[in-house]
Amino acid sequence: MRYSGFKVIKEALTGHKGWKPAWRDPEPQSDYDIIIIGGGGHGLATAYYLAKEYGQKRIAVLEKGWIGGGNVGRNTTIIRSNYLLDGNEPFYEFSLKLWEGLEQDFNYNAMISQRGILNLIHSDAQRDAFIRRGNAMLLNGADAEMLSTEQIKARYPFLNTQDARFPIKGGLAQHRGGTVRHDAVAWGYARGADSRGVDIIQNCEVTGFRIENGKCLGVETSRGYIGAKKIGCAVAGSSSRLMSKADMRLPMESHVLQAFVSEGLKPVLPGVVTFGAGHFYVSQSDKGGLVFGGDLDGYNSYAQRGNLPTVEDVCEGGMAIFPAFGRARLLRMWGGIMDMSMDGSPIIDRTHIDGLYFNGGWCYGGFKATPASGFCFAHLLTNDAPHPTATEYRFDRFEKGLMIDEKGMGNQPNLH
Amino acid sequence: MIIDHPLLGPRDAAEFTYMGDAKLIDRPDWQSDTAAQDFYEYGYLRDNPAGWHDELWFHEAGDRSWLVVTRNTVTHEISKVALARDVARAKGRSK
Repeated sequence: MRYSGFKVIKEALTGHKGWKPAWRDPEPQSDYDIIIIGGGGHGLATAYYLAKEYGQKRIAVLEKGWIGGGNVGRNTTIIRSNYLLDGNEPFYEFSLKLWEGLEQDFNYNAMISQRGILNLIHSDAQRDAFIRRGNAMLLNGADAEMLSTEQIKARYPFLNTQDARFPIKGGLAQHRGGTVRHDAVAWGYARGADSRGVDIIQNCEVTGFRIENGKCLGVETSRGYIGAKKIGCAVAGSSSRLMSKADMRLPMESHVLQAFVSEGLKPVLPGVVTFGAGHFYVSQSDKGGLVFGGDLDGYNSYAQRGNLPTVEDVCEGGMAIFPAFGRARLLRMWGGIMDMSMDGSPIIDRTHIDGLYFNGGWCYGGFKATPASGFCFAHLLTNDAPHPTATEYRFDRFEKGLMIDEKGMGNQPNLH
Repeated sequence: MIIDHPLLGPRDAAEFTYMGDAKLIDRPDWQSDTAAQDFYEYGYLRDNPAGWHDELWFHEAGDRSWLVVTRNTVTHEISKVALARDVARAKGRSK
């Protein structure tokens, strides 16, 4: 069933009796060509592109809970491609281009809004760094513009640009960045994959891998054994837990990241703004709530909830740059589990076990990567070779000293 | 979270800096034939369990001691706290 304006009007006039569930609820078959473990944004996108772009058949997505119940529903919905390093920027720009055509591609309203992202600058050194980053973006075909204090003032008149401690000296803008209705991304990909024959199997937890002679033959699940020629893992914060069932140790720690939404306000913030002197970023949702976040709590956690010192720290960052927001009350907050890799960059690669593939280590940048992550993982699963934009996301880069460390922090996962 | 410091008593976790898995105490032998592989695994690979986890906390805003805290990563419950010095010495380090 295709969605269209005509269909909405027709259903409105006939009592909305013609709508069907957006995806089936199939029983698992005994074997598939390809199994994707994890029904989040990345797993569903992988299944979608496998079926649509790479012509694969007999695909299943296994999800232990309900689809879209993990990090694709627990993020701050920002899309952007303002990275510096060669290993990252072409990939994230590919992702942003996919976002731009996504709603037409999968025929689903994901409320993609290219309202722009602005990184504020507070010092001369920061200006130099952001000019360098902007140039790297331009070289890779992304858009970037350095804004003067006056240009920022025109767009955000309530910002105090003359603050004594953190004066605003300018900003790096990416006008094609923006926000997305995050749940709709999972649902759109699920619907698109399902309509192309992918079995999306919910409440089906993978409890182990069947590995014989260095080859993965299938997965043990809470709904029985399922065989497959190829198995792709895309489970974000639970990566280490899942891969330990294949006796793998990953270059990752799982950390909790909190995010926050204020009560609904009248339109006050037209784009996404990041504070350059502390770690704080904010946008305003279409419902009016200020959506914001900051640093990790900083310790290993699978709890999906954080602690109060980090709440205070994030809100202090917000108050330093937007004192007016102090009048807004906090409506809700939540924690998501991030698979923080040792260099802050992801892995999309084969494992040392035949037929077992891995996609993870997205740190807290996984949402914006969703389309390209799915596309590149589908490419890898089909061709056994990396997509041209994801050649550096290898398992062995730590062993070989080929880290992609945007922040230059070294192997301290909680600092990326 | 409250960390029950062996010397100072209960302290707010915000006074501490988290420094990772307590297995980092077990530094590999640099003269071993397998040193390159051992240091790669030591530096980059982690067990990252869901459940009980021995981990290093540095009392940065306190007495600057290092602790080994046994904490549940699913519930944030802390069951045991020891001085990292004592743990390392019990393993034969820094005699």
